[in-house]
Amino acid sequence: MSGLAGMRCVVPKFAQFVMRPMALTTTCINRKPNILLGARRFTTSVSTRAKETVSIQFVCDDGTKYTTNAKVGDNLLDVVIENDIDLDGFGACEGTLACSTCHLILEQSDYDKLPQEPTDEELDMLDLAYGLTDTSRLGCQIIVSKDMDGLVVRVPDGVADAREP
Amino acid sequence: MFPQRLCMQHLKQVLKHTVRNYSGSGNIPHVCVVGSGPAGFYTAQQLLKGNNKIHVDIYEKLPVPFGLVRYGVAPDHPEVKNVINTFTQTANNERCTFIGNVCVGQDISLSELQKCYTAVILSYGAEDDRKLNIPGEDVQNVVSARNFVGWYNGLPEDKNLDIDLDTDVAVILGVGNVALDVARILLTPIDILAKTDITEYSLERLRKSHIKRVILVGRRGPLQVAFTIKELREMIKLPGCRPVLHTQDYTGLDSIYKDLPRPRKRLTELMYKTAITPTETDYKLWNNATKEWELRFRLSPLEILHDGVKASGVKFGVNRLEGSDMVNQKCVLTDETESVPCGLVLRSIGYRSHQIDSSLPFDVKNGVIDNTRGRVKDMKGIYCSGWVGTGPVGVILGTMTDGFDVGKTVLKDLDTGLLDTISNREDALQLLQRRGVKTVSFKDWNKIDMIETTDGENIGKPREKIADIDKLLNIAHA
Ligand SMILES: Cc1cc2nc3c(=O)[nH]c(=O)nc-3n(C[C@H](O)[C@H](O)[C@H](O)COP(=O)(O)OP(=O)(O)OC[C@H]3O[C@@H](n4cnc5c(N)ncnc54)[C@H](O)[C@@H]3O)c2cc1C
Ligand SMILES: NC(=O)c1ccc[n+]([C@@H]2O[C@H](COP(=O)([O-])OP(=O)(O)OC[C@H]3O[C@@H](n4cnc5c(N)ncnc54)[C@H](OP(=O)(O)O)[C@@H]3O)[C@@H](O)[C@H]2O)c1
Ligand code: FES
Repeated sequence: MSGLAGMRCVVPKFAQFVMRPMALTTTCINRKPNILLGARRFTTSVSTRAKETVSIQFVCDDGTKYTTNAKVGDNLLDVVIENDIDLDGFGACEGTLACSTCHLILEQSDYDKLPQEPTDEELDMLDLAYGLTDTSRLGCQIIVSKDMDGLVVRVPDGVADAREP
Repeated sequence: MFPQRLCMQHLKQVLKHTVRNYSGSGNIPHVCVVGSGPAGFYTAQQLLKGNNKIHVDIYEKLPVPFGLVRYGVAPDHPEVKNVINTFTQTANNERCTFIGNVCVGQDISLSELQKCYTAVILSYGAEDDRKLNIPGEDVQNVVSARNFVGWYNGLPEDKNLDIDLDTDVAVILGVGNVALDVARILLTPIDILAKTDITEYSLERLRKSHIKRVILVGRRGPLQVAFTIKELREMIKLPGCRPVLHTQDYTGLDSIYKDLPRPRKRLTELMYKTAITPTETDYKLWNNATKEWELRFRLSPLEILHDGVKASGVKFGVNRLEGSDMVNQKCVLTDETESVPCGLVLRSIGYRSHQIDSSLPFDVKNGVIDNTRGRVKDMKGIYCSGWVGTGPVGVILGTMTDGFDVGKTVLKDLDTGLLDTISNREDALQLLQRRGVKTVSFKDWNKIDMIETTDGENIGKPREKIADIDKLLNIAHA
């Protein structure tokens, strides 16, 4: 029985100590190279040197706005994590194109400007996203570039009621 | 009207605080979750986030956590299992306790849990099978996909599955994602599987498998397939394997899919193009294939044919489809029949849940707990989340959304004073101890995890799962 009462926390320290309740669910992703991730990891961010940043705003369905400092070369999932934005369940597969929880909606003009078109694999995953639109993308597949300064993206709510048919 | 409403609200607040301050061991609500799959973990995550006092105990039947993420998700889809990292974080929260090796309904009853916790959230998934109820279903080598999945994934109860792969044709009944998972495992080159966390004992059996052709059979048509596009694309690109799609099933579909919602449109388009207008690249990929998978439609299984002992084929009734809404057409049997010879039949027509306590209102027809948005019907303080409440449909994303939703509902009921704050978790733990139940903590799981990953690394795999309950318990309690 000993293990039950005296369990101590090992993993992310900040999640335990930060007073904000939200810190508990901020998708704190295990950034260590995971064996599970294998070769399929799509995240492109690397370099530890200070990088150029641009401002990108995430707007949730309930109106909450988060303005972030986004490092050029990072993807938008990295940006959410690095800026400690509390989005429930965002990035569940850690950027490996296997979950669609990083679904974002762009303005048509911004969508058209993105340098990389979505791959078939990204579109396949998007097809499972709730509230899919023609200008939907997966955040983990969008790479921040210099000309994105001032970009506003919408974070759609999960489905209002998963039980409705 | 307005001031009156305000007063009522205030009264509610006061009442809430009074109740909190005078009940049990202070005002810390203890709640428990039954089941440690995605539903259990995501519900717990939401509860811990929304109330900074609450304590969540997660009871799990098995000595190990994560439900279908460990025992369902295919070994060649490791990226899906990344959700485990978030679950681990939840389990390591100091207000969360994983209590493994406790079968609720057997080791401790629902009413006993109710006496110890402010709320009980049932997230125990859907562990039973749907059956066809046709003659011959119980002969040798008619295997449920659920058991086959459990077998290759190391689920203790399925580790000794009776299956014979010494046959060249396998028929899979059903065209959902589980059917595709099973087909892929049967057809993937063994060297690729050998680098996954598939159990070594099943890898050995698959290495000797003679299966060359897997036929997937749907009772309706291509517009009604239940699998999704990512999984289909993976099948089309499977190394050493060729798809066999019959052109007559797809002719004319191009004029229909154009107007369908995007997911169904892209899915149908991919089937259509693969069948009717394959590209050079496709041909190159398929030319040297030694194995194949085939899609058949409009066939309902009527009888499993056998030689007295073992399956030898399936007799199907030919269906016609009815209804003006093309995507939701229903199938109607005609007098025509067709028999397909094969040496292995895998039934993949869906899962169902079961009732763990006779007091639980249960919808027998759909195999789910009777509930409204997670509140179990007529049972105060009892909730359900995930497959046990929604039915066995959807991916982890859907289960996550449901888990969050139900978590929010519980928090709301707690806030509005609908629940009595009960904080007697120690009583539940003592009861288990008295009954000699050897519980497994998350720390104990870490020990198992370490051994499994080390064993895996030694043979070039991310993990070698231990499928023996006694072994798991020995490690946990060493
Ligand atoms: C074969 C298969 C493959 C899948 N692959 C994918 C995929 O690749 N991607 C994806 O997004 N989704 C996939 N899914 C769907 C996904 O697994 C489900 O959405 C999700 O697991 C449902 O979560 P759950 O918590 O409701 O149930 P489960 O994951 O089944 O968890 C239920 C838990 O409760 C425990 N339990 C049962 N009875 C008791 C009891 N009496 N007392 C205590 N504990 C109990 C069980 O041991 C289990 O740990 C797959 C499903 C299947 C069947
Ligand atoms: N990679 C992944 O993301 C993944 C992997 C595995 C599972 N999952 C998810 O897990 C859930 C469960 O998957 P599943 O494949 O078990 O279920 P499913 O998607 O519901 O598919 C069940 C299949 O069985 C057929 N069927 C049902 N009853 C039948 C009968 N009596 N006779 C003949 N056919 C019958 C259905 O046809 P009808 O449509 O005609 O009823 C359907 O084709 C799904 O939502 C799935 O997407 C996801
Ligand atoms: S994080 Fe899973 S698809 Fe982007």
